[in-house]
Amino acid sequence: MHRFANPSRFVRLSRLFEPWLAGLTVTLLGAGLYLGLFASPPDYQQGESVRIMYVHVPAAWMALFCYTSMAIAAAVGLIWKHPLADLGAKATAPIGACFTFLALLTGSLWGKPMWGTWWVWDARLTSMLVLFFLYLGYMALHNAFDDPARGVRASSILALVGVVNVPIIKFSVDWWYTLHQPASIVRMDGPSIHSSMLWPLGLMMAGFTTYYLWVMLLRIRGEIVANKIRVLRLRQVHG
Amino acid sequence: MKLKHRRLTFVLIGLGLLGVAATLVLSAFEEAIVFFHSPTDVIEDPPADDRRLRVGGLVEDGSVERGGDTVVRFRVTDMANTIPVSFDGVLPDLFREGQGVVAEGHLENGVFVADQVLAKHDENYMPPEVADALKRSGHWQEMQEKMQEAGQIEGSRYQ
Repeated sequence: MHRFANPSRFVRLSRLFEPWLAGLTVTLLGAGLYLGLFASPPDYQQGESVRIMYVHVPAAWMALFCYTSMAIAAAVGLIWKHPLADLGAKATAPIGACFTFLALLTGSLWGKPMWGTWWVWDARLTSMLVLFFLYLGYMALHNAFDDPARGVRASSILALVGVVNVPIIKFSVDWWYTLHQPASIVRMDGPSIHSSMLWPLGLMMAGFTTYYLWVMLLRIRGEIVANKIRVLRLRQVHG
Repeated sequence: MKLKHRRLTFVLIGLGLLGVAATLVLSAFEEAIVFFHSPTDVIEDPPADDRRLRVGGLVEDGSVERGGDTVVRFRVTDMANTIPVSFDGVLPDLFREGQGVVAEGHLENGVFVADQVLAKHDENYMPPEVADALKRSGHWQEMQEKMQEAGQIEGSRYQ
């Protein structure tokens, strides 16, 4: 793992991967959106409104995936002092926050026609809102100190503490009575979504994942370059 | 012990304790976290008449009555117990017999007077033709029963 800790090697590798990830993202999202919004059938209960699912479910899935990745990166940064892990966690936070916001927004737009309400304080919705605030808190804490190293440490600890929320979100619909329905994809007896709807959903999930990887690499590379510039400036000043 | 091993142990123990604490807190507050109560809960432990609460379950088949006025009456069931509900307002599109609902309001002489009714939808997604084909071939009932047995359809959770 420490082989990749070399920033210039990382920059070289990520330059190699980025165009591929970008191409994959565009292809997967293009195909997924076309199949989901036009080619897939309406739902027997929900009619055309079911199409919100093709954005809502992948966004919610990415919100959890990004948080878990961020917490793992934060732990690696805390324990092994791996410099790229800190950058990875920092790069992931805003992406995850956007996915969480997208999940909350599309969920609200879906809830109004189906449930009859924009928002309720049930366990799933509330724990998802807490996740959004955890992302915001992480970002705020990261920048709250004059000494960047202290900011990294404090925010990494917050990211790790917040990890208890991840299983709570996932299992909230099984542990408590909620307005939100139970899981349709990850469940004991296989998905309860018809294959004609599962395919576009899978493509969208894959597309959101490659989008995340692409933007994360881009953001880490940006951080490395920004650090280099900072060092050069300091050297100039101290001449 | 090396410094990074100490940090690793520290993080793992911390996460473990955090998990225990979260479990304790969540189980202590279970009553506050549930979004609604089942008809059985309400019948076994009837709330005071003016206390507001939410009751959830399936709309019993054949129970929906629309009078001449705007009031709708129906019964909410958890397959074990039922509660009569009366509601004066706009019902969500998904409201229908056999479908999950959550009603918010208070009990009045054994009738639950709701001022808001929300629809729950289940976790099954399929095209209408597939649903029709399932119903025609008689597999619908079979599927519903299978899911109830598996404890995964909403109705079974209230039992």
